[in-house]
Amino acid sequence: MVESLMSYLGSTVPPSNAGNQLWALIYILIIFAGVSVAVMAMNWIERKALAHFQIRLGPMRVGPHGLLQPIADALKLMLKEDIIPDESDKAVFWFAPIIGLLAAFTVYIVIPFGPSQAVSDMNIGILFMLGVSSLGVLGIVTAGWASNSHYPLIGALRSSAQMVSYEVAMGLAVVSAILMTSLNTGTGTLSMIGIVEAQRDQGIWFLFKFFPLGLIAFVIFAIAMVAETNRAPFDLAEAESELTAGFHTEYSGLRWSLFMLAEYAAMIAVSSIAVTLWLGGWMRPFPALLHGPAWEFIFSLFPGLTFAALAGFAFLGTIRMPSHSFFKIQRIGLGAFGLVLAFIALLLFAIAVAGRGDNANLAGRFREGIDYVYWFVLKVAVFMYLFIWYRATWPRYRFDQLMKIGWKVMLPISLGALIATAVVGVLVK
Amino acid sequence: MNEVKDKSLPHAVAPSSLDLDTPDKPYLDSNELIINMGPQHPATHGVLRVILKLDGEKVLGTECVIGYLHRGVEKIAENRTYTMFNPYVDRMDYVAAVSNGLGYCQAVEKLLNVEAPPRANYIRVILTELNRIASHQLWLGTHALDIGAMTPLFYTFRDREEILKIFEKYCGARLTTHAFRIGGLQYETYAGFEKDVKNFLTFVAPKIDEYEALLTGNRIWIERTKNVGVISAKDAIALGVTGPVLRASGVKWDIRRAIPYANYKDFDFEIPIGKNGDTYDRYLVRMVEMRQSLRIIEQAVNGIPEGPIMAKVPKVIKPAVGEIYHSIEAPKGELGYFIVSDGSTQPYRLRVRPPSFVNLQALDIMVRGMLVADVVAVIGTLDIVLGEVDR
Repeated sequence: MVESLMSYLGSTVPPSNAGNQLWALIYILIIFAGVSVAVMAMNWIERKALAHFQIRLGPMRVGPHGLLQPIADALKLMLKEDIIPDESDKAVFWFAPIIGLLAAFTVYIVIPFGPSQAVSDMNIGILFMLGVSSLGVLGIVTAGWASNSHYPLIGALRSSAQMVSYEVAMGLAVVSAILMTSLNTGTGTLSMIGIVEAQRDQGIWFLFKFFPLGLIAFVIFAIAMVAETNRAPFDLAEAESELTAGFHTEYSGLRWSLFMLAEYAAMIAVSSIAVTLWLGGWMRPFPALLHGPAWEFIFSLFPGLTFAALAGFAFLGTIRMPSHSFFKIQRIGLGAFGLVLAFIALLLFAIAVAGRGDNANLAGRFREGIDYVYWFVLKVAVFMYLFIWYRATWPRYRFDQLMKIGWKVMLPISLGALIATAVVGVLVK
Repeated sequence: MNEVKDKSLPHAVAPSSLDLDTPDKPYLDSNELIINMGPQHPATHGVLRVILKLDGEKVLGTECVIGYLHRGVEKIAENRTYTMFNPYVDRMDYVAAVSNGLGYCQAVEKLLNVEAPPRANYIRVILTELNRIASHQLWLGTHALDIGAMTPLFYTFRDREEILKIFEKYCGARLTTHAFRIGGLQYETYAGFEKDVKNFLTFVAPKIDEYEALLTGNRIWIERTKNVGVISAKDAIALGVTGPVLRASGVKWDIRRAIPYANYKDFDFEIPIGKNGDTYDRYLVRMVEMRQSLRIIEQAVNGIPEGPIMAKVPKVIKPAVGEIYHSIEAPKGELGYFIVSDGSTQPYRLRVRPPSFVNLQALDIMVRGMLVADVVAVIGTLDIVLGEVDR
């Protein structure tokens, strides 16, 4: 057991490829827990950020600055009465959110948080990812169908039409990125890790490759992924003002929260694809330009600095809190939260210092892994913020306009970008 | 346990034009979907119930079912004295209560043949125009929310608050103000009223630009509103549609200018009109109207004359036998009061011509052939208040 545990530690490939099931399982558990926590954090951040866009405060009561709100929400949803409508197809109704959740979480198997920080490095990684993530629509369609009600049915139909049409443009954009991987080696790759490594070898993020071709493909993908996850301004499937709540109108309590979990997990997953394909995945900015041990060390301080900044904000919050006695507990809570963050920051600093310059020892490998995951998560976080920003800014598209954009605008552009990429790729070679 | 369930159609009385009870095809082969939108629905602005007949997403026909908020305001009027009935009119269009009050008070004044003094009229104009801005702000916020833009709602509510604060300072109430009395005003303006109003004018003008920055040039907003819910000037006039909805179709009809009342002839303002009669034009018309209201308020607040605020009105209001119709330009259109007096202290009959109720009739021809999402947009653009529709 211990041997099996230790045997993987020196490896440079994902556990599944090293044939180590135990570590693969550990990775899966870490990712599952991590994504669940990320969804909860995202829930809080979305409500807060949206509130600040809209001159509100957002959650303020449950915990300091509403920090415990996601936990309270989760508890509330779990304790709610489990309603299954009388007229619904009960088995399908029961199963629909689980399909959505499974599809959203299975995708994470191939997401590379680092060169070895993934559960598995499949040679068809990106195909697997697109395939599984588009299974999510099945959950929505079955949910709408099983509810046996008009609004969910319309929501489900909208959603399926939307996802199918945007998948085409999305797929073509992905293909143009995959074409770029073949430039140095002559053979392209579908492996998620291979794609990032191709960007490393070519010394450029695919976003800037063949400017503006890479950018065009990226923008197409970035739009399609919003439609794919049914988020504003493409949130027709759950258009609140038209279809009350769309496909999950009849859902409540825990089942409803599974849909939300799946939605946010899918958002993180598609953002991860975008980061992997165009934004250099786990690579830190300017790995070729700013290299050498000094730069390595400076960049390895970033995770610690981020947590230190968060801790600083928490401490600032304790100072700025009103001095009324009502806020005493909140102040203590926020201070404690800041202390935890500060402790994490210290730990990260310690690892950065201990593992400086040497990638062979345990601390060095830890530092490296943290760096990879940090930069990956940071890039994904930018996308998550964009999702919130879109929602705060734009009205909702109408169904026919959405289809028009998907088929008449995005598809020709992505096809053109794909052909142009191929032509330029051949010419450059 | 296994009782037979009626799987046919909605239980309510099926309205005639949709032929709900006689499907022309066998039941299973029904391509047409009949959906109840409301009375509990996030986008029907209260308790409007719209029965939609859909082919996929396309609207084949609609039927509005109203009356969920019916309180019998007109009947109540017959059992109240003219003075007692005054607060009731605030409860009709509760987002533009001041306008309702103005219409009622002026109708009774006309019946009594008295005229409110100029000072009272100027203050009435200021409050009514403030109320018009508040009403349009509420319309804008909810309309944008219906179309999916969440944020304008919070901006408009933030700024509407300043108007409500002025109302509260003036008469103690924010929404159902009961600001006016028959014959003039009960309250003189509070100290600092003019300063408050002027401050509001400088405060709100850039805010209106802010709303426009979010929406006017927004591609999605334009796509969602242009050529949606088009109503021609001819249809609009035939249906009796009034207010911004009529003006957006290109008809320059504003009662403030056409049949001036309450000193509106003293003020210089423009009547915006649209061209296409679509939702976007109605949006633009209302945005300009807000700015024009600011102009009117500015002129009025700078020119408030001195003098009494109440005309000589008998303690017990007992108009002579006769009937009267008086209408004003409420934020939503022509608000008219038809009062029949039998010489007693109570109206023999009081009939309200509510703009929302009449404008709602246009819903069907505006949404036929459009999509479900447009129904929501059109309900929003008609700017209905169910308290006024049902009375």
